[in-house]
Amino acid sequence: MFNILKELIYSSGAVSLTGGNLVMWLVAFVLLYLAIKKQYEPLLLLPIAFGILVVNLPLTFLMEPEHGLIWFFYHYGIEQDIIPPLIFLGLGAMIDFGPLIANPKTLLLGAGAQAGLYVTFFAAILFGFDLQEAGSIAIIGGADGPTTIYLTSKLAPHLLGATAVSAYAYMALVPIIQPPMMKLLTTDHERKIVMSKLRHVSKLQRVCFPIITAMTIMLVVPPAAPLISMLMLGNLFKESGVVERLTNAASNELMNIVTIFLGLSIGATMTASTFLSPKVLFIFFLGLFAFVVSTAAGLLMAKFMNLFLKDKINPLIGAAGVSAVPMAARCVHKVGSEANRRNYLLMYAMGPNVAGVIGTVVAAAILLKNLG
Amino acid sequence: MPELIAPITGNVWKILVAVGDKVELDDEMIILEALKMETPIYCDDGGTITEIKIKEGDAVNEGDILVVIG
Repeated sequence: MFNILKELIYSSGAVSLTGGNLVMWLVAFVLLYLAIKKQYEPLLLLPIAFGILVVNLPLTFLMEPEHGLIWFFYHYGIEQDIIPPLIFLGLGAMIDFGPLIANPKTLLLGAGAQAGLYVTFFAAILFGFDLQEAGSIAIIGGADGPTTIYLTSKLAPHLLGATAVSAYAYMALVPIIQPPMMKLLTTDHERKIVMSKLRHVSKLQRVCFPIITAMTIMLVVPPAAPLISMLMLGNLFKESGVVERLTNAASNELMNIVTIFLGLSIGATMTASTFLSPKVLFIFFLGLFAFVVSTAAGLLMAKFMNLFLKDKINPLIGAAGVSAVPMAARCVHKVGSEANRRNYLLMYAMGPNVAGVIGTVVAAAILLKNLG
Repeated sequence: MPELIAPITGNVWKILVAVGDKVELDDEMIILEALKMETPIYCDDGGTITEIKIKEGDAVNEGDILVVIG
């Protein structure tokens, strides 16, 4: 009788618990709280947090290679790079590139805001990260979750949990991080600038955009192909107007399904032994740095463009160049309307915002090409 | 006749005025919802409202007339 009891206790997970596991439970509970109570990116944070919790229950072997349930999700979904491109398919089916087509010069803002990424890359190397790790950390500044996951899983898979959570966390925190930067780097007069009306975009232009963009980008930076091809295919579904069922499937059902596996797998990479290291703290710090520099670069790029433009743009829209669709564009709109309540910057900000997505993918492809 | 024009494309979230109301410059008249964000639309010209061309839940395009002020 006593022996049976002893065996039961020893085979239970409780005796194998480490202090690190308990810390990770705490992390999971904090994330669950943020997701449920504060509704910060709950669609992702909730499965991520639960993934962290279950993988830090000892002897469950959920992430055991070739055996664990979540390991299979992780292996086929993320290691084999299936999920991020599928998310991009759904994003493409939802994104309206109209504001970018109407005002193509905002493409420069989406490119300019990637500067933070390169600055952070070198900063991370100074902090002692190797080249692959530095690239994965830098991409956080692109403020695009799937791209961050895609690049990190190729360059530095051991950092996946940290870079993914930091990217999604900072995106949720856009309304807190960006406004002080915006106010610091623009004058009241600049924030009041009302932009001229966006021109009408024809259906032909909308249909041609994904085709031409896909061809151009893939010819110039082939490693961007998995993400860009899916993004533009999704957008072609949407803009063609003839495959509504595919558009809906890509942007709703498929997107929701893969989001579950994505979140759970990312969370499950965060075991105490991989996550609790000083490196991870640096990743969060550098990720924030990347985000801030990208925001600044976008704003300054817009101010720089204004030196040459007769028809001035409101420099706030530069901050939307970081991607983080559509949080950054909303944030621009809000700060703009605080300066001038008749200033409706939302659609103008969507131009650089969606350009930022393309910019981040291209930047990731360049990093991948040189470091992979 | 002064009109209130939709400055952005979105859905009508709330209508804060009714026909016959007297409105003044900068009164909040309509709240539009675009990209899950509420955007208040303010009165450009004072006067009495003669017609409201939209109802809550309608989708409007940029440039559409929302309210006619007599």
